[in-house]
Amino acid sequence: MTGRDRSGGTRAWGLTVAVLAALAAMWPLLPDYNQITLARVMVFAIFAIGYNILFGYTGLLSLGHALFFAAGLYAAGLGARDGGLTAVPAFLAGILAGAGLAAGVGALALRTAGVAFMIVTLMFAQAGYLALLYFNEWTRGDEGFNLPAASRTVLGLELAGADMRYGTALALFALATLIATWLARSPLGRVMVAVRENEARAAMLGYDTGRVKLAAVTISGAFSGAAGAAYGLIDGYAGATFASVQYSILPLLWVLVGGAGTVLGPLVGAVFMFYLIDLTSGLTDAYMLVAGAVLVLVTLFAPRGIMGEVRRRVARWLP
Amino acid sequence: MLRIEGIDAYHGRAQALHGVSLEARPGEILCIMGRNGAGKTTLLKAVMGLVAVPAGRIRLGEVTLSDLPAHEVPRHGIGYVPQGRRLFAELTVAENLAIGLMTRGHGAATRERVLTLFPRLRERLDQRAGTLSGGEQQMLAVGRALCLEPSVLLLDEPTEGLQPSMIGLIQDVARQMRAQGVAVVLVEQRLEAVLALADRVAFLETGRLRSVIPAEALRERPDLAATYAGVG
Repeated sequence: MTGRDRSGGTRAWGLTVAVLAALAAMWPLLPDYNQITLARVMVFAIFAIGYNILFGYTGLLSLGHALFFAAGLYAAGLGARDGGLTAVPAFLAGILAGAGLAAGVGALALRTAGVAFMIVTLMFAQAGYLALLYFNEWTRGDEGFNLPAASRTVLGLELAGADMRYGTALALFALATLIATWLARSPLGRVMVAVRENEARAAMLGYDTGRVKLAAVTISGAFSGAAGAAYGLIDGYAGATFASVQYSILPLLWVLVGGAGTVLGPLVGAVFMFYLIDLTSGLTDAYMLVAGAVLVLVTLFAPRGIMGEVRRRVARWLP
Repeated sequence: MLRIEGIDAYHGRAQALHGVSLEARPGEILCIMGRNGAGKTTLLKAVMGLVAVPAGRIRLGEVTLSDLPAHEVPRHGIGYVPQGRRLFAELTVAENLAIGLMTRGHGAATRERVLTLFPRLRERLDQRAGTLSGGEQQMLAVGRALCLEPSVLLLDEPTEGLQPSMIGLIQDVARQMRAQGVAVVLVEQRLEAVLALADRVAFLETGRLRSVIPAEALRERPDLAATYAGVG
């Protein structure tokens, strides 16, 4: 590795750590409302990081990621409610459920490509959503259920308070971001980008692109499952709404707005979208119209997303 | 030695290669000439497993390459530089080289050899490949193929559209590979480039091998290119 390589890597890690440090510094300063909102945003940013691994880095557009988020949410939720799992095992169960389901769906959906891949993933997610509604005696369908308080305790501290929600979400988001930064710079991350850029060429260089894509789907599902489990444990609620198509579209939107294929894009996109809707809804009832207009402007003037444009214009080393 | 034994290949229903047999020997440059549509690129793609070979076979030593999936062919030491470069535009020069190095587990020593061949790439390691000039992109495409430390190097019109200084550089690299015992297979339309490099020349016409002659014969009678393949 040369000095040039190292300097790009140092700056990439430096920026990631600086953003995490800024989020940590804000922790004691924020009022409860913003702590709870940002905690939710960071959990959804983990979901977006997972989506970004598949879409931004590997170039596969899924319309079924709500299934993996819901898998994590329900694995943690049902594990806590019916299995008596505490927070950490319930969280791990969520990761396993997301990764396992993604590997299964990926093995079948990756037999297709392009639009067909989008449709197959959408169909799997819809089947999952309908299954949650159908088995409502167990899942409580759209109404959902609250997680037992005993499962929402880590090291004797209750997750219910705004302080703990923010701290837990920040710790998980930091871990997810560091793993994603490492993955983006790892050999697997580079091959994923190579597959996105030119799959046939990656195969010509000796890479089994099918296995690379399946690995990307599985890792993406693990992040999504982790986000679902974290949401359930931090907010204390699981419901079938999180398996609906809306939750497959949202991570795509966050990643597109924030910058596909950038490490910080998912966070930037999620923060931007949450606060855009939050702030405009306080000003007018037509807030969705305003949000839509702003999104059109962002798409027109920053077609690569916010961080993608920053990378293109001022910081080519941006991870 | 790379042996191509009586292969057929198709584009859809159209037969692109008819029973082509050819061998590429270590330490030589074999040039393949022919008009557009003669099957030159298809032949290279068949070696790489990118085009199905329903008849005949392709062997490298004891390994039957035509039985392998495409992604396993490069792992046996076949480097391929396709027409039009086809880099990973969003990856940096260093990352493009790393992708090539990882295929066969080569490391810093191989990378250093490639950067010694192409010093310009050393100055551009952090630059995204898509922002390089055409000549630099071709250097990177060839350099990435060399990261496999290939025993066979397939080059599909590598000097097309390049300025003379770049053409000279790419040709020097081909000669160095030959000197190191690599079998170089070069698809080329320009007669002067073939005369400058080739040890043997194979002529393809509408998917059939018309003739294989020593380059010396072509140097003495350049009109043979027109006779055998309608080029030159």
